[in-house]
Amino acid sequence: MKIATDRERCIGAGQCVLNAPDVFDQDDEGTVVVLDDHPSPVEEPAVRAAEHACPARVISLVS
Amino acid sequence: MTPNTITAGHDAGASATPAYPMKRGCPFDPPAELAQLRTEKPISRVRLWDGSSPWLVTRYEDVRSVLADPRVSADTDRPGYPATSAAILARRKNTRSFIGMDDPEHSTYRKMLISDFTVRRTGSLRPLVEKIVNELLDAMERGPRPVDLVEAFALPLPSMVICQMLGVPYADHDFFQSHSRALLDLSVDVQESMRANDELREYLTGLVAAKEAEPTDDVLGRLAQQRVLTGELSRDDAVSMALLLLVAGHETTANMLGLGTLTLLRHPEQAAEVRDGDPGVVNSAVEELLRLLTVVHSGRRRVAIEDIEIGGVTIHAGEGIIAAGEAANRDPAAFVLPDDLDIHRADNHHVAFGFGVHQCLGQPLARLELQIAYPALLRRFPGLRVDVPIEEIRFRDQMIVYGVQALPVSW
Ligand code: HEM
Ligand code: SF4
Repeated sequence: MKIATDRERCIGAGQCVLNAPDVFDQDDEGTVVVLDDHPSPVEEPAVRAAEHACPARVISLVS
Repeated sequence: MTPNTITAGHDAGASATPAYPMKRGCPFDPPAELAQLRTEKPISRVRLWDGSSPWLVTRYEDVRSVLADPRVSADTDRPGYPATSAAILARRKNTRSFIGMDDPEHSTYRKMLISDFTVRRTGSLRPLVEKIVNELLDAMERGPRPVDLVEAFALPLPSMVICQMLGVPYADHDFFQSHSRALLDLSVDVQESMRANDELREYLTGLVAAKEAEPTDDVLGRLAQQRVLTGELSRDDAVSMALLLLVAGHETTANMLGLGTLTLLRHPEQAAEVRDGDPGVVNSAVEELLRLLTVVHSGRRRVAIEDIEIGGVTIHAGEGIIAAGEAANRDPAAFVLPDDLDIHRADNHHVAFGFGVHQCLGQPLARLELQIAYPALLRRFPGLRVDVPIEEIRFRDQMIVYGVQALPVSW
């Protein structure tokens, strides 16, 4: 599982951090930061939840 | 589109167009007609106060896709934009805030605030929120019974928190609370609404100017020093941002607290679990109340800037769209037994905070306040009960943010 994000279009709503706190963070401007772009499979449900929840649709899972 | 010039009887289609917003039957549920539309005609025309007939979108998936669609505009000045009331339309003339702008303009403003509203940054406010909650509960405990929960707790909590964050003196709360209320009241006429808006602007202009002269460590202070003085933001624009934050920052959370507490008290077993305070349960209970109550209830308003095919319908450029979050959040295709309160509901990706680039900026703050407030209130007063028959409770049908006008409680 590999994670891609489009930081340009991120609106800093933080749904990613809420859903998968071990995988995502927000920088000082609130923009998404991927802490671990090859997370372990146990994180997959959380990452999928973040992908679904992200209001700007900037998170994608490439497997 | 101009008001329907169709005379009665001429166009059966037009006369069958339902008025929106519709009247609620049960005060805890969205109007039944919405559920019917969602099943029978999920994207259909409705008629507004001004006679215009935008598209109403009611299904969860459609609401999300409309709100995330870059071909859809939130710009209130665009022809075809389905305005909520004449007063709101009039106020746009001197207050344009980023909630009614499109990218890239919208994101220029929003980005100036994001760092103050991230999940982690907001989390650092926990001690402050806990302290305010405890003080308000202390005062309730000492005071007379019954007491109006809205006035004693639900409104002052978010109001104090947002004041502290923004750097607005809470001592002025009577002034800005009554003025905010006027801005959100659909039954207030244009003149009164404009007056409330102008007075709030005048007040906030003084505040921003003071913060330009004298730095303060709060959101408005930082805007004044880092954006206004540098010439990046005009004082007027800073005032429009402050106005948006102040109004959005307390009425919304306040109504979630009032109506949410009433809802919990009607489900004593689930209230008991929230009282026990397991963080996982409290968090999912808060999401569930947000979903079920959808207090920002009169639809997210948008206008198409290109033709959009959705659900077998073509929405043409220039036509208004109302994405009804209150209907989407009860869509059985997205939520099992959607009309039930289930504080353990998993994967609760509701749209109570909207969706797309305008999704609520203050949601981490709202969550923090609700997650602290509900269990603290229920723990302090285990015998908390509503002190009047349910028929006597007045609900805020005429307000942009739904809730209870007052909630007399005892314990
Ligand atoms: C439970 C409480 C709250 C609810 C239900 C709520 C709901 C919403 C909704 C539905 C929107 C989307 C509007 C649209 O798409 O047209 C929104 C936007 C917004 N909310 Fe909230 N809100 C809450 C609390 C707050 C708080 C505490 C703040 C604090 C400052 C806040 C500030 C904002 C702002 C600034 C926007 C505009 C964002 C943008 O346009 O980019 N809200 N809110
Ligand atoms: S949820 Fe999406 S928009 Fe929000 S911070 Fe994360 S990546 Fe950005």
